[in-house]
Amino acid sequence: MRKRRKTDETVETAPSAVPESVTQVIDPVAIPAGDPLETVLLSTGGPVEVADLELESEAISEIRDAGVELIVPLVGQGELLGALYLGHRLSDQPYSTDDRHLLGSLASQVAPAMKVAQLVREQQAEAKERERIQQEMEVAALIQQTLLPKELPSIPGWKVDAFYRPARAVGGDFYDFIDLGRGRLGVVIGDVTDKGVPAALVMATCRSMLRAAAPRHSSPSAVLMEVNEAIVPEIPPAMFVTCLYAIIDTGAGEVVFANAGHNLPYVRTAEGVIELRATGMPLGLMPEMTYDEKVYRMDSGDVMVLTSDGITEAHNPDREMYGFGRLMGRVAKRGKDGDMVNAIVGDLEDWTGVEVEQEDDITIVVVRRTSSAEDAASAFSPDSREELLASFAVSSIEGNEVLAIARVAEAVGSLGLGGLRLERLKTAVGETVMNAIEHGNENDSSLDVNVEVKATAAAVRIRVSDHGGDKVIPDVETPDLEAKLAGEQTPRGWGLFLIEKMVDEVRIENQDGTHIVELVMNRKGDA
Amino acid sequence: MSGQGFEVVVNQTKKGSIIKLSGTVNRAAKGKLEAAYELASTTDGQILLDFRQVEYINSTGIAVIVGVLAKARAADRDIGAFGLTEHYREVFEITRLSDFMHIYEDAKAGN
Repeated sequence: MRKRRKTDETVETAPSAVPESVTQVIDPVAIPAGDPLETVLLSTGGPVEVADLELESEAISEIRDAGVELIVPLVGQGELLGALYLGHRLSDQPYSTDDRHLLGSLASQVAPAMKVAQLVREQQAEAKERERIQQEMEVAALIQQTLLPKELPSIPGWKVDAFYRPARAVGGDFYDFIDLGRGRLGVVIGDVTDKGVPAALVMATCRSMLRAAAPRHSSPSAVLMEVNEAIVPEIPPAMFVTCLYAIIDTGAGEVVFANAGHNLPYVRTAEGVIELRATGMPLGLMPEMTYDEKVYRMDSGDVMVLTSDGITEAHNPDREMYGFGRLMGRVAKRGKDGDMVNAIVGDLEDWTGVEVEQEDDITIVVVRRTSSAEDAASAFSPDSREELLASFAVSSIEGNEVLAIARVAEAVGSLGLGGLRLERLKTAVGETVMNAIEHGNENDSSLDVNVEVKATAAAVRIRVSDHGGDKVIPDVETPDLEAKLAGEQTPRGWGLFLIEKMVDEVRIENQDGTHIVELVMNRKGDA
Repeated sequence: MSGQGFEVVVNQTKKGSIIKLSGTVNRAAKGKLEAAYELASTTDGQILLDFRQVEYINSTGIAVIVGVLAKARAADRDIGAFGLTEHYREVFEITRLSDFMHIYEDAKAGN
């Protein structure tokens, strides 16, 4: 219903020839939908004398007050598109039958043109809205894809694959891998209800919270509890997040997991497929939730498959869902090794049809414990193969760097580092761990400093991580000994300088609250 | 490396004093080493730091040594060191401590 109905008073000569003093503009009066006047105008179809109208209508009163004498409805396809309001004739004569015919004829030509204009306006508005939605989807996709892992974890004895394909109206799927040190890998898969930018923002928030909580707890249940408490006050109403979080001890093959309402993972074992069941409410629904925690030990050859509901809830042309049973059946089939992702995606496409628009995001994470023979085969070359020599933690108590030095020295003992190079490495490790205790963890004895010792044929890499990820490490400067001896500067400030001088390379990185210093010492070199 | 604490003994000789350090030289060594220096500086001659029994020196220990060296320089006292392992000799060179204190191969060279 058009609300703007406006007409100038009719003039009997061309407007340019009419003196301004004899023209009068009638302000537009809207006719509300359902007003009795609307019914009258639609049923009459032609000019209507206001004086003849006896209706209980607010619009009529306004129209009368505005000085309207004649209303000419503009009707198209049974819809009142507008109306011409005419005041009294300048000649003060009543409107003649000819006048009415002329106005009726004019209205019948104007109405279709107005209808076309109305449709054009609507289409323009729809196009603009489509463009806005498209842009929003692109932003959502960008947020989501920026935050998904760029690289898959590379762990001897394990093969990790991941697949993510967003729906056009991007959903809130996400997955993540978190290196927890000491050979432990955190695996996350989650799904935010809702789509688009709101879902992407909640996904980003949830991911950050998980990354912040993960290094602080060795229990997946505790991680989910912490994230739930943090996200409940932040999440928009009617949104929540399903999430499964597992910690894999890559040495022992032990998987500890907790589930906040996400699809159950499957594990294909030598005996068949099992579900990893643990109960818990989705994140963000209500505070003070607790989460079951379960343990499963993966043997060589076992394959764990984590998925999002974009797979199980995909429909075929007959509107039947793919479902858990079909997915479980697909996981059970043994195909080409390492091809689980393609097998599931292929089976899903057979079900839905390739040309059909995907209904929801599809995410698959596959974690396979490989046999040692496969590890050897998959290694790029003997030189590039990295061996984990030690992985341990020391609590943040002053002096514990000495324990770390002893453990590292023991771990690299068989590598044949020259005596002086070994001593340099020990000093660098001591200084790095000391910094982690004092500056990273601020001497908080409840926080660990994690140390990982790895070696290739060419080099030893020591990764020291603490919880001071948001702290800025100053650039290394050569201490001014003269100034220190003259009492102009503190005698301290040697740590970073020494570390840099002792090893061949120092790399520093921050990962969501975790601060990591990596020391690289070539196995062959001077001294 | 045992992570043992720090001990210090001062031997005063006709030629000067020897401060014998043992264990771990870190920030915890500050009080004992400074007290030892004060005692050593009561006799004339060179003050020698004996590192033969030192197992571990970290950056906070370097700072303690810098502090003692600063006191000695302010008092115009000569300080030397001996008994450093090859690694810690290198550390003293990198930190340039060896530019300000003579590093001897052993005690005889110093005294």
